[in-house]
Amino acid sequence: MSFDISVTLVRGKRTIHGHVASPAGLTALVAPSGAGKTSLLDAVAGLLRPAEGHITVGGRTLFDSAAGIDLPPEARRCGYVFQDLRLFPHRTVRDNLLFGWHRARPEHRWIGLDETLAFLGIAHLLERRPDTLSGGEAQRVALGRALLSGPQFLLMDEPLSSLDLARRAEIVPVIARIRDELALPILYVSHDPAEIAGLATTTVRLGLD
Amino acid sequence: MPAILPLVGPEEWAIVVLSLKVSGVAIALTLPPAFALAWLLARRSFPGKILLDALVHLPLVVPPVVTGWLLLLAFGANGAAGRYFAEWLGIDFMFRWTGAALASAVMALPLMVRAIRISIEGVDRRLEAAARTLGAGPWRTFAAITLPLSLPGVLAGAVLGFARSLGEFGATITFVSNVPGETQTLPLAIYAALQRPDGEAMVTRLAVISVALSLLALVASEALARRAGKDRHVL
Repeated sequence: MSFDISVTLVRGKRTIHGHVASPAGLTALVAPSGAGKTSLLDAVAGLLRPAEGHITVGGRTLFDSAAGIDLPPEARRCGYVFQDLRLFPHRTVRDNLLFGWHRARPEHRWIGLDETLAFLGIAHLLERRPDTLSGGEAQRVALGRALLSGPQFLLMDEPLSSLDLARRAEIVPVIARIRDELALPILYVSHDPAEIAGLATTTVRLGLD
Repeated sequence: MPAILPLVGPEEWAIVVLSLKVSGVAIALTLPPAFALAWLLARRSFPGKILLDALVHLPLVVPPVVTGWLLLLAFGANGAAGRYFAEWLGIDFMFRWTGAALASAVMALPLMVRAIRISIEGVDRRLEAAARTLGAGPWRTFAAITLPLSLPGVLAGAVLGFARSLGEFGATITFVSNVPGETQTLPLAIYAALQRPDGEAMVTRLAVISVALSLLALVASEALARRAGKDRHVL
């Protein structure tokens, strides 16, 4: 089991129940708009504390209200690719990429800068500032930054939504390679049935219970 | 006219140096607590927050004479805080430049807290969350994201406080009086010169210096604030 999640989230007056139990590979999270997909990813990353439940990824418990376990975000080893990317505007692409790498313990790193640059084709962007990047470039830098932090799993929140068709065609194979070659568990939020059909190992519907 | 030139003789120079020393020390010592207060007010909710906010802003609206008098009560020879500083830190405020710096600091605090608070509120918290998921703890996140992104605003606040401090008059003269060479900063020196029948040339010289210094500080503050605005947009 790569993702084993069962949580109750309270956002203002709304209560969201999230249940995910999925094998290795890419788990697509499908739900109507506003069902709380991003809230669920935030909870897995440790940015939002569930009212109750448990979150286990790859056998490691990140949160368990019954057992009193609640790892802080920096201890969860999650590579979160945000929908709005969140590149650091005051740092170069190089410093963005290496931010998590510097924080990671050496034994937790499993990919280096050169390998990441080649994998994503972004070697020529190193000295640029985030605000000078195109949408596709910024998307790949955000992905590279997450990979370099030495994560045990990835959270991807609509990573293709801001891209045009040509850029999507560029990124989809990259995500497929991360899924297959790097064998990272990925929790993936998307609206697009075609995208999910091409990428998902498992599909989980949220908000139906 | 020849009486005005040269603008800065030894007497004026000593007054300017004292003013810069008083304001510089006041701002340097106020900056850390101003930042802490600004951060608290921008980021935390706690009981009594409205009261703390009001207290910080009090020197902005209370007559400066009253602020000076309150400082006198607290830090004067018989004040509890004054005794503490004298006994434990060996710092005496009465009729000393240190007292002038304290009065300046209290008067500049609200302006600095306001400017810094706005700059902290301008920092995108989603970036801080991103830093956390990348393995940075709260302190590391503060040092790598919050502080650098709010820094131009913090510097603008410091320069603004410095300018306010250079103009400080009422609280200072009430608290530590008008002692030449010790507490007689630019505004107090201008006031003293105004009392003298032959002081007009001196007043003019000091007034020109005051305007020049204030203008310089405001331009610097504005330039820094603009840089803060430029860094704010986030991809």
